[in-house]
Amino acid sequence: MTLLLVALAILGASGVAALAAGRRPRLATALGAGGTALACGLGLFPAAAALAGGPPEHVRAAWDMPYGSLDLELDALSAFFLLPIFLLGGLAAVYGAGYLRPHAGRRNLGLSWLFYDALVGSLVLVVLARNGVLFLLAWEAMALSSFFLVTFEDHREEVREAGWTYLVATHLGTAFLLALFLLLGREAGSLDFRDFGAHGPPAHAGALFLLAVVGFGAKAGFLPLHVWLPEAHPAAPSHVSALLSGVMIKTGIYGLARTLTWLGPPPAWWGWLLVGVGLSSGILGVLFALAQHDLKRLLAYHSVENIGIITLGLGVGVLGLASGAPLVAALGFAGGLLHVLNHALFKGLLFLGAGAVLHATGTREMDRLGGLFRRMPRTGTSFLVGAAAISGLPPLNGFASEFLIFLGALTGALSLPLAGATTCLAALAGLALIGGLAAACFTKAFGAVFLGEPRTGETAGARDPGPAMGIPMAVLAAACIVVGLLAPAGAGAIGSAVAALVPGAHGLPEHVQTGCAALSAATAVGGVFLAAAAGVALLRRAVLRGRPVASSVTWDCGYARPTARMQYTSSSFAAPLVEMFRGLLRTRLRLEATAGRFPGRASLATETPDVCREGLFAPAFRGVARLLGSLRWLQQGSVHVYVLYIAATLVALLVWRLA
Amino acid sequence: MDPARLLPLAFALGLAPLLLGVVNRTKAIVAGRRGAPFTQPYRDIGKLLRKGAVYSGTTTWLFRAGPVGGLAATLAAVTLTPLGGAPATVSFPGDLVLFAGLLALARFLTVLAALDTGSAFEGMGASREVQFSALAEPALLVALAALARATGGLSLTDIAGGLGAAAWAESGPSLLLAALALGAVLLAENARIPVDDPNTHLELTMVHEVMVLDHGGPDLALVLYGSALKLWAFGALLVAAALPVRTGSALPDAAAGVGGLFASAVLVGVVESTMARLRLVRVPQFLVGAGALAALAFVLVGK
Repeated sequence: MTLLLVALAILGASGVAALAAGRRPRLATALGAGGTALACGLGLFPAAAALAGGPPEHVRAAWDMPYGSLDLELDALSAFFLLPIFLLGGLAAVYGAGYLRPHAGRRNLGLSWLFYDALVGSLVLVVLARNGVLFLLAWEAMALSSFFLVTFEDHREEVREAGWTYLVATHLGTAFLLALFLLLGREAGSLDFRDFGAHGPPAHAGALFLLAVVGFGAKAGFLPLHVWLPEAHPAAPSHVSALLSGVMIKTGIYGLARTLTWLGPPPAWWGWLLVGVGLSSGILGVLFALAQHDLKRLLAYHSVENIGIITLGLGVGVLGLASGAPLVAALGFAGGLLHVLNHALFKGLLFLGAGAVLHATGTREMDRLGGLFRRMPRTGTSFLVGAAAISGLPPLNGFASEFLIFLGALTGALSLPLAGATTCLAALAGLALIGGLAAACFTKAFGAVFLGEPRTGETAGARDPGPAMGIPMAVLAAACIVVGLLAPAGAGAIGSAVAALVPGAHGLPEHVQTGCAALSAATAVGGVFLAAAAGVALLRRAVLRGRPVASSVTWDCGYARPTARMQYTSSSFAAPLVEMFRGLLRTRLRLEATAGRFPGRASLATETPDVCREGLFAPAFRGVARLLGSLRWLQQGSVHVYVLYIAATLVALLVWRLA
Repeated sequence: MDPARLLPLAFALGLAPLLLGVVNRTKAIVAGRRGAPFTQPYRDIGKLLRKGAVYSGTTTWLFRAGPVGGLAATLAAVTLTPLGGAPATVSFPGDLVLFAGLLALARFLTVLAALDTGSAFEGMGASREVQFSALAEPALLVALAALARATGGLSLTDIAGGLGAAAWAESGPSLLLAALALGAVLLAENARIPVDDPNTHLELTMVHEVMVLDHGGPDLALVLYGSALKLWAFGALLVAAALPVRTGSALPDAAAGVGGLFASAVLVGVVESTMARLRLVRVPQFLVGAGALAALAFVLVGK
């Protein structure tokens, strides 16, 4: 715990130092990025120690704030969420040092690093805080620092717009959290977490659960509260997108998990609700991702999808608890938690890769790219690993966590009575559908950006980025492989996190061990795959030895001069699936058809705006604006009238007091 | 390890291409031709292995890795596949998820290799492949979950072992529906009519074949062998569901399984000879229908 406090102090100091060095961008970057990396490196040790079975550590100090106390605790659940925060926070900082270099002199990098450090620090505080006031303050600091990071390029209108959307969304979520903590606190008599639910489960636990789902869901990106995600994540600089998408939205999951520990034994409908939320977020998230043309927007929608997968895991877990099936519960929670870490690794990697592409070519439009694999082989290989991992393919880490959820759902489908079994079957089928669609989406993204021929001249000067950006990507790609192969070895850590998530339930860690035993058999077969691949590759090399191996153009069915414009684009690749789900996606099509015998030009443009934003929030906000607009006659802008208001109010108060 | 557990793997590795030979011979006979010998697929693979290779200048190492990784993933999936009642080489709880995952990995690599060529035709095939497989995967897993609920087994081997005459007597209708769904997934995943036509000559209408247009020589041999293994693996699952021969000892069970597999190859040949191909826009309905059958099978399991 001392080391954690030291890490927090270093974060604060490096942020302030970077701000002070703001006029000298290189120094500011060195102080900001170096300090963050150091702090994150230090912070990993206590987190790992707590997961290895160390007892929960506690720090408590008095605070003048009413109902507040400086109460921090490091238990296994907090430690599990600290891992991705420190891992990705440090790596993204190193990457940011290279990524922000072109902005040196034009923007105040010191300020940007201050907000970055504030974000990492507040993330750490959010998962450590054990007092409602402290938690909400850290939560707000996290929201504000990330808002300023998102609006880094605030000279662009769409960035300001995205930042505004984010600010509104996060505060709407916080309003629900405020209500949640007030209700919990009123019953417990204090806002300290240890008093919540200490005297048995609170009354109206269902209403509290709903408040938590909405409040934390707005941060996590549950459908339909996800609308800020596809706006804010592409607008931010790429290392910030990686941190927002990989880590920050997981605080919503953390909050929900923490709330579950206070609410007592869950009824079955909580599980149904979570599975439903998971299915809708997962399936619609990946469908919207399929319809996008902007690489970073596509990745942002995939965050909605992966939050859906995590929620499916939690839902299966809650369902298992409610039905008295501890094995199902353990597997669901374990898979969901492991997916939190895994998503941070591969989504961080993918955003950093997308940033490298943007850095090298200046565009995020997939249909303007192509053939980058030969120009940027290292970036391409890292991105490929991330793409396979997010598609849930063995033997990478995405498969490991999805396998645990699958196994939990399958066990539930086998052993529970029909209602629970059908819910588990829905989770199972939904996961399979999400996996298939994710594979479709990432073959599209990787194929359009990295494979084939360049579609425009923008790729001409593209090269792999320098080591500051290259090394974090390589580390994350390696982590995806290592976690994929060694996840069963972490069974103890996952087990203790699950045990912290369900206080009072016994035997869950042992059930996690059971699941991880099956997972280790699966990774062994993954090893068979790798060995078979090596064998087949050797065979291929042996039979080709001494044979003619020629080079030619791509076989385009007899057409001798294929051009890059004949390639399938990312939009044409996704078109059948987008067309199949057009009822949900509402893709807009602008077609300028050919006319006359000698047609000049034709064009086709498609755009898939967010249905929830356009159909739900935009009308609602317009309605609110109209309602409030009817009060506009009060605001004339004339000082005389305002003085009149003050005088009238005073008179009214006087009359009220005297009467 | 019990050496008998290597039996299904050995049969698959040795006999998988013969399955393609049986399908083609059946189609020839129904069409009134004599047809190629049963061993023609072996000869094709042998011929291709003796050739050199031509690569497009657009491609990268990924194109060369596609067939290698695809075959390796299919091989790994075959180690999980029981043969009739005979247990698979490897089995553990939840191995059916890994089975689906490995086939998805093979598909992922094939699709990327196709996109690596920059050809419009291969992009078209790849796009259709990912669309159909995204719908086939849930149908496969739901069908397997229905079988799992009927037998209480969590691994493919336990499920296959439990699907004897007793299980059919207890929940026959639901097993039949699940087997039908598995059959539909088999046809879709292995590029057979009514989803795809392995013999078509028009690149525009192909799904699977067009993705491997640019592969030649040893690479194409790997692709061919891989698709034979994949047909074997799906066929073995179908036979496990539909053929309730369980003697309790591996060799007769495996022999019955091989017999069932060749019978199902004949069935595939007959389907291909008597049915027309579905229009591409109808294929999703076919697959969603398979998924619905599987879900119905799950609900109908009498427990």
